[in-house]
Amino acid sequence: MKLKELADLIEGSVVCCPDGLEQDVEYAFASDLMSDVLTVSKDRLVLITGLANMQAVRTAEMADILAVVFVRGKTISQDMIRLAEENGIVLIESPYTMFRASGVLYGKGLKPVY
Amino acid sequence: MKLEYKVQGGDFVRAGQASSQVKKVLKRLNVPPAIIKRVVVALYEGEVNIVAHAFQGKIYVDIDADKIKVVLDDIGPGIPDIDLAMKPGFSTASNIVREMGFGAGMGLPNIKENTDKMKISSVIDVGTRLEFEVNLK
Repeated sequence: MKLKELADLIEGSVVCCPDGLEQDVEYAFASDLMSDVLTVSKDRLVLITGLANMQAVRTAEMADILAVVFVRGKTISQDMIRLAEENGIVLIESPYTMFRASGVLYGKGLKPVY
Repeated sequence: MKLEYKVQGGDFVRAGQASSQVKKVLKRLNVPPAIIKRVVVALYEGEVNIVAHAFQGKIYVDIDADKIKVVLDDIGPGIPDIDLAMKPGFSTASNIVREMGFGAGMGLPNIKENTDKMKISSVIDVGTRLEFEVNLK
């Protein structure tokens, strides 16, 4: 599914890099543990997390993750946006919980990693 | 090509900057993306380990045509039991580290997974040296 469609499905607002919304994603991984995220070797991956800090964006950079969805109204700082811009990573804020966002996206065909 | 970076213990805002620089260099050298990912995931885990556990550290990167060699040297408390530290799930990380999304005890096993050679040596109350290599071909 295209990231644009993904954002619509979870009532997401795009905080960074709207140019990337036409990209296709195939897999999603939901976690607040960045060490777990770093074990994922899939491409075309979106990360769903409640961890709103620089390391979530750094992890996305290192693991070639196309987009990060921050759930449940977490605040994304200017530093996080700057780092995402530098690396072309799409950042989306969703009012949904991690469970709900994951459930909706799974139901629409986004694949789990394991 | 030789690169060198300083890492400050406890500085979670900047943790990952060295790994980010190395990633840019490897991209410029046209290393295949799958290999870049292995290198930077291992390096980033190592860099975060210094930030999380040590007072300060240095990263030395040596890139040649066939492989990339990395040494992460830190001044810190050292690792009392390396075999135990290598076990998935074992961690001595503080709450602050856990709040940053790390300290799940997956770092060292993940570094091993992503590298072709890996060695750790440590002296209590002195520091830890992590060395790894990734073949570029």
